[in-house]
Amino acid sequence: MEILAKAASLAVADAGLSMRDIDGIATASVSATMWAMPVIEYLSIRPSFINGTMLGGSSFVAHLEPAMHALDSGQCNAVLVCYGSTQRTAQVGRRQVTEYRKLLDPQPYEMPYQPLSPLSSYALATARHMYQYGTTREQLAEVAVAARQWAMRNPEAQQREPLTIDDVLNARMISDPLTVRDCCLVTDGAGAFVMTRADRVGDAPHAPAYVLGSSTAVWNRQISSMHDLTVTAAQQSGKLAFAMAGMQPRDMDVVQLYDAFTINPILFLEDLGFCEKGEGGSFISDGAIAPGGSLPVNTNGGGLSCVHPGMYGIFLIIEAVRQLRGQCDERQIEGAEVALVHGNGGTLSSQSTAILGTKAAL
Amino acid sequence: MMQKTSGPEAQYFEALKLGVFRIQKCNSCSNHVFFPRILCSHCGSGALQWVEPSGRGEIYSITVVRRDSEQGGDYNIALIDLPEGVRLMAHVVDDSGLRPMIGDAVALIPVSEAPGKTHDTLYFKVTDKVQG
Repeated sequence: MEILAKAASLAVADAGLSMRDIDGIATASVSATMWAMPVIEYLSIRPSFINGTMLGGSSFVAHLEPAMHALDSGQCNAVLVCYGSTQRTAQVGRRQVTEYRKLLDPQPYEMPYQPLSPLSSYALATARHMYQYGTTREQLAEVAVAARQWAMRNPEAQQREPLTIDDVLNARMISDPLTVRDCCLVTDGAGAFVMTRADRVGDAPHAPAYVLGSSTAVWNRQISSMHDLTVTAAQQSGKLAFAMAGMQPRDMDVVQLYDAFTINPILFLEDLGFCEKGEGGSFISDGAIAPGGSLPVNTNGGGLSCVHPGMYGIFLIIEAVRQLRGQCDERQIEGAEVALVHGNGGTLSSQSTAILGTKAAL
Repeated sequence: MMQKTSGPEAQYFEALKLGVFRIQKCNSCSNHVFFPRILCSHCGSGALQWVEPSGRGEIYSITVVRRDSEQGGDYNIALIDLPEGVRLMAHVVDDSGLRPMIGDAVALIPVSEAPGKTHDTLYFKVTDKVQG
């Protein structure tokens, strides 16, 4: 909560507002089911728009669309979207969390098999993609290496030492075919941003990013209920977000994809229409999504190398906004005017897409 | 007063405890349903009945979870497609000593003979290795 409040305070100041101006809130927590209430209490605000939608890691991207409607209808004027977690330093261990979850959020047709949650589910999806489309472990490793190369250009990233494909391939296997280097970090972290109506940004200290399109989709919760392990609900959320923005994948200057595991960006590039189904592995090969490649993906280093405090969604948006504002120094994509953000939650369960742009993209 | 009856979830695990693996079939649209539920996942009908599937299946995907030998060693987790049209999570045993692979044909190990003694898991054994 304390690091959340710090991030919230910085975001409100960045928007040229004070906490008293905040009359809408969107937040979520992995552990607290009534999380919006203690956050409102801690920040001492009295919002008229409250959204505690919890869809796992994609939550903070999923918070965009309802906030747009609330702002547009005049229900509120300034929505604070915020998250904070001390997952790395927390007192409660993973084993305890698994035990609690068995009682509080049972999945009786999966949990008895002792899957590593959520890792084994992603391993199953990866294995199927490799079987069906010939995707290789080297291609998966390329995702992790590209993320690290971006992280090395980001002073805020947690992991900044050089990483090679062999490092990933030879890393400790956790749940075949995923090694520890195919998995996101476990870190502490907090993030926040403020949303307002376009007609209210007049005297904001920084150029705003505009939400051009946004959509969220959920087709299932459990990996065993997913109809096709190689096709995610990003197909639905992406289609609707692109339609709202009136844009195509080729219009995107920079892309932030939720990379909880190395298979994720491959699946999402396919499902969002950057390449054909099954071609994600070859699409990302030869440094295509790394610095200097044809499509800049996860320019902050992603969940794989930058930050991943339980849920990563909010950091996708923060990096996209920084790119659109031109604040990314060494990793800045020159002339970036349109950014795609894609959040994922659960075990490939929730998918949330947003397209953000500068004023020039309106 | 409301009559106390057990729902599909409890009924499924009660049968499994007695050694019987059952899935649901919809009387309305004839599709099979797993996991057990109140409403058909295909048509929304509440007319679901229990049936015993053939027990055959095919590995749709599989992963090996690496675990220290002191804690019991590695174990696999698979998704099995049944010819009835449902998919479920299970463990797979391969007596040939080879690693079970996607595409392998499998058959349910009778629940009473399964290695797990917890009565809440299903085990399949490989009956036909995938070619290549």
